[in-house]
Amino acid sequence: MIKIFKRKNKTQETEPVSVFDKLKTGLRSTRKVLTTPLSDLLLGKKTIDQDLLDEIETYLLTADVGVSVTEALIQKLTKQLKAKQLNDEAVLLNSVRSYLESLLKDVEKPLHIPAQQKPFVILTVGVNGSGKTTTIGKMIKVLQNEGKTVLLAAGDTFRAAAIDQLKVWGERNNVPVVAQQPGSDSASVIYDAFNSAKARGVDVLIADTAGRLHTQSHLMEELKKIKKVLTKIDESAPHEVMLVIDATLGQNSLQQAKQFHEAVGVTGIALTKLDGTAKGGIIFAIAKELGIPIRFIGVGEKVDDLRVFNASDFVKALFE
Amino acid sequence: MFASLSERFDGIVKNLTGRGRLTEENIKETLRAIRIALLEADVALPVVKSFIQRVQEKALGEKVLNSLTPGQELTKIVKDELTLILGEATAELTLSKMPPTVILVAGLQGAGKTTTVVKLARFLKEQGKKKVLVTSTDIYRPAAIEQLATLAKQTEIEYFPSSTNQDPLSIAQHAIQEARKLSCDIVIIDTAGRLHVDNEMMQEIKKLHAGVQPTETLFVVDSMTGQDAVHTANAFNDALPLTGVVLTKTDGDARGGAALSVWETIHKPIKFIGTGEKIDQFEIFHPERIATRILGMGDIVSLVEDVHQKIDQKKAEKVAKKLKSGKRFDLEDFLEQLEQMNHMGGISSIISKLPGLGSVPKALKEQVNDKMFLKMKAIIQSMTIKERRFPDLIKGSRKRRIAMGSGTEVQEVNRLLKQFDRMQKMMKKLKKGGMMNAMRQLQGSLPPGGDFNLPF
Repeated sequence: MIKIFKRKNKTQETEPVSVFDKLKTGLRSTRKVLTTPLSDLLLGKKTIDQDLLDEIETYLLTADVGVSVTEALIQKLTKQLKAKQLNDEAVLLNSVRSYLESLLKDVEKPLHIPAQQKPFVILTVGVNGSGKTTTIGKMIKVLQNEGKTVLLAAGDTFRAAAIDQLKVWGERNNVPVVAQQPGSDSASVIYDAFNSAKARGVDVLIADTAGRLHTQSHLMEELKKIKKVLTKIDESAPHEVMLVIDATLGQNSLQQAKQFHEAVGVTGIALTKLDGTAKGGIIFAIAKELGIPIRFIGVGEKVDDLRVFNASDFVKALFE
Repeated sequence: MFASLSERFDGIVKNLTGRGRLTEENIKETLRAIRIALLEADVALPVVKSFIQRVQEKALGEKVLNSLTPGQELTKIVKDELTLILGEATAELTLSKMPPTVILVAGLQGAGKTTTVVKLARFLKEQGKKKVLVTSTDIYRPAAIEQLATLAKQTEIEYFPSSTNQDPLSIAQHAIQEARKLSCDIVIIDTAGRLHVDNEMMQEIKKLHAGVQPTETLFVVDSMTGQDAVHTANAFNDALPLTGVVLTKTDGDARGGAALSVWETIHKPIKFIGTGEKIDQFEIFHPERIATRILGMGDIVSLVEDVHQKIDQKKAEKVAKKLKSGKRFDLEDFLEQLEQMNHMGGISSIISKLPGLGSVPKALKEQVNDKMFLKMKAIIQSMTIKERRFPDLIKGSRKRRIAMGSGTEVQEVNRLLKQFDRMQKMMKKLKKGGMMNAMRQLQGSLPPGGDFNLPF
């Protein structure tokens, strides 16, 4: 019993740590055993040759960066190598870093909620187990810190106890939750919640939805319906369609992003579960192909472990 | 799952079989293609490396180079190696001689542990005729306990209640006591999702494991997992004596790299795979069959088993009897058959197990989807019982009514009637000429496009 309380207390204590430090500590714990950081790989190398480029290639592939982005980078480096532009390891590391950063710079766009848009509607979508509900729980805190009022819509009417899960988050943060019975129509729950948010003059409505694999076409149709229903109240809603992506997943996340984007027009991404050993490298391919803004990254289990995405911190954490 | 990896391999293999001779150069080229295909399928890099090396060693041997059919020889090597890294033989669940058998389920957050617990319980109840009790020790995630409680109730499985102010080990121990009292054969313990780098939580599950001494400790892995699968599998395997793996969410379009990495990494067999959102979409994992499926050779064995398990034998016999006694096959029977097909996971699931999958044109695959059958069902259900028995009655105005009722067009009603007509003729032949004839007929009635051959 006592141990449990300790754990829970610990969960609530919050000391602000920089995102970079947080990512670094997450990686550091196992990094020594599992992988050598790229900077160590390059440090002290006298010769920069094809072998070293192969090592970089390996490093990026094991970070889930994927074949196409990795190949593009290696090709660029090979060209520079042949042109004798890579004199020492610092230049090489810089070249790798600036290429990867350039992919993410354009998608480094924090979620902006204009004051005149009231309520601002956020529709959260994603595959099963990606961390939608937990991300919503953390997002409430981010918004409350900005002085916004929040209302939740329990749109996951499919998974057992999903509504209860959202209600717990609501209670913890003193935020009302609009919900119906399990199995009821998700679109109608969210529609009601929107009306209720309007009536109460709430700043932000966050709608949860059931996790769905992007290959289930009927479930993707359901999402389209939710979106359509929202436009009946307000032509411009939802103002944000946030796709939650699990960083531990591999190349399939690109397919997910494509399919969800095609179905409901994703406007922002939250990349979760970066506190393990996964590096979420697929985000580069998603950024390169789809250019969808990345809003948040999830770096821990604490309520304030949802951080605003920063491209150079992300790339730095990948290496050090 | 595996479909697109299968497509890739199909292309690579086809490229090879056409050649009369193989040189070292084009073997290398092939291996490079395989390497990329595997990496894009999220197979862990160390696994890819050793796989390619082994294939290369064998492929450059005399046997392949001198063979008359080097392409086939190489395909065989690849298939054998694929089977090898998938774990060779089907691994069964071990049951304790002293019931109740305790099964502990562990994994990362969001891997699908709770769903797996219930699916496994249902599987053991239905297939093994076992009495199963489940309990949750997830005292952290909001409403995790309620989730298991709800699912257990829906599936009619014994459930041992717990609450967030209890200690996980004490919950598990009490659940086992309760199982003894109820004379259950099996207890399945759900645990909280945890990161392998979270020391405190890993200690907790070690303690839980030591306290309940499970016969089976299953590690649940999301089939979409990337390169990190190696790290997590290793860490969990170091912390707990795992006895097997359950692969979840295989109904997506992930290429299943995790499946190919796990055995090679921790040498623990994949015992089950989750194949859909419904509780009965859960199968025993057969490495050999999956390897054949990846190479586009189909998985007929699983298909036949599906037919056995999921087709309602009584209903099937009823139709057979009806046909034998000379009665007509009517639209009611047709509807019945559509429903049976649905039980087997729908047409897309059936097609994925047919051989030659890689050579079926994409357009055709998209054309033959489950929606088509849903429509057909809706059309039949919009008919009166009389119309279903005597489809000849259905003329102009009835067709319009049926189309309205089912939200379709008159043309679609016509198409269904035509298909039904063909089927009826086939059934007549079945009575006269036996199975083979009928199958040939059926093949002719499939939509055109490509060499879509049924395995008969």
